[in-house]
Amino acid sequence: MNSERATAFLPIAGVVALLALWSIASYWQWVDPVLLPSPLSTFASLWQGMDGGPLGFDFVKTVYRTAAATAIAAVIAIPLGIVLGSSERIYRSLEFVIDFFRSTPASAMFPLFLVLFGVGDETKIAVAAFGAILVILFNVAYGVMNARKTRLLAAKVMGASRLRVLFDVMLLESLPQTFIGLRNGVSLALVIIVVAEMFIGSQDGLGHSVFEAQQLFDMPRMYAAIFAAGALGYGLNLLFLLIERRFVHWSGK
Amino acid sequence: MNDARPAEAAAGAAVPEPRPHVTIRGLSKRFGATVIYDNFDLDIPRGALVSVFGPNGCGKSTLINTIAGLTAPDAGQILFDGRKLSDVKFGYVFQNYREALFPWLRAFDNIAYPLKLMNVPLAKRRARTEALVTHLGIKLDLALYPYQMSGGQQQLVSILRALVVEPEILFLDEPFSALDYEMTLFMRAQLQRIFMETGTTTVLVSHDLEEAVFLADRVLLLSRHPARVAAFAPVRVARPRTEATLSDPIFVQTKAECLEVFQHEVRRA
Repeated sequence: MNSERATAFLPIAGVVALLALWSIASYWQWVDPVLLPSPLSTFASLWQGMDGGPLGFDFVKTVYRTAAATAIAAVIAIPLGIVLGSSERIYRSLEFVIDFFRSTPASAMFPLFLVLFGVGDETKIAVAAFGAILVILFNVAYGVMNARKTRLLAAKVMGASRLRVLFDVMLLESLPQTFIGLRNGVSLALVIIVVAEMFIGSQDGLGHSVFEAQQLFDMPRMYAAIFAAGALGYGLNLLFLLIERRFVHWSGK
Repeated sequence: MNDARPAEAAAGAAVPEPRPHVTIRGLSKRFGATVIYDNFDLDIPRGALVSVFGPNGCGKSTLINTIAGLTAPDAGQILFDGRKLSDVKFGYVFQNYREALFPWLRAFDNIAYPLKLMNVPLAKRRARTEALVTHLGIKLDLALYPYQMSGGQQQLVSILRALVVEPEILFLDEPFSALDYEMTLFMRAQLQRIFMETGTTTVLVSHDLEEAVFLADRVLLLSRHPARVAAFAPVRVARPRTEATLSDPIFVQTKAECLEVFQHEVRRA
């Protein structure tokens, strides 16, 4: 009984330990207080910033850009991935190209996209979408290609047409892998958006917030923005996990 | 061919053989350099449960896969009462029920899926599925997803899915070999009941001789490849067959004869 209750609290243990270590380190000034503010002042800054302050505004901006990039990527990559995955020949002929660009750091594309789209939101969203598309595409195609042969055969033997097999079987078979792609895609999109907000002429967003706070040496605010970005990344991943559990209930079973 | 020719050939015999349901003529199939079937002939009797048994890799599954159109033959003709496969409603049950069922559909929708492919409206699909389950006296919670069911229940759903279109012929490829022994015994009884209720011509591939003989009206014993009919032995034991059947002298004798044919074929290697 006792140990059961203890097990339930285990996930919190790491958080408590980190906060304790941080408190001690800042109290005894193991690190220069300018570089490492106390947890209290950091969370105070986080609260003030998010509660109607500029951090909240930046947070919403980053959420908007990440969501837009992921949505665009999903709309493009999922149908393409299905087409790609349903034909071994098409996949084999494009595999190298996709793999190559998937391995290319999306940040290397910034200058090109700046030329194409200017310095506005479009560039950030486009680069993030570019990165996410390749990740999602690869996973969807992989999911479709690895549809269980027996299941496809079962549909075929029951008289399903090729199109029926595609929509009734392949599409659903690929969903678990599609969600893996979406989770990786949204994480990558967030990374690219935050980097873009730091460097390419941005006036807002979490990346801008982190960068500006650092420039002003406002360390509690910088840490607050970092935590906000962390919470966003964690939250997005969790959101997709919850959607997956709701709609892809058979995943892993 | 030791199998009976159509009725006119047996004129004068006490019991004329009914017209065969499936006629296979000149079937040839090879995989790479291995010749599985070479000019193979077979008649499958109507309304009978035929078990297919033989040495490993002799082409048991290939036979039903070819009849059911999953494998294309290199040559030969397979007719159902003179009709082609495309004009025939049939059911097929895979060995691997876990991969053959659709995990995103409830058991009910899995069973009704072939009706959906035939554009039967939902209300009718529901009625026919419920009628089938009730008629066969099967106790299953059809609201469950396959992964919430035991292996035997899942395979039962597979069998119901094959039966829902009221097929004129049912194929089963080692349907119970992934189940434990207790479940296998239960499923044999279920399949026998379904067969007795529906009288559907059934072809069952089995790797278990006891099962093959226990369930069958006739046991088709194949030789090593290229496969020939080593024997097409009738099992003259009344249904329903029960545990007591396993010690019935005719059952024991038939099984012994089949085993002898089988061992003879294995030794010929």
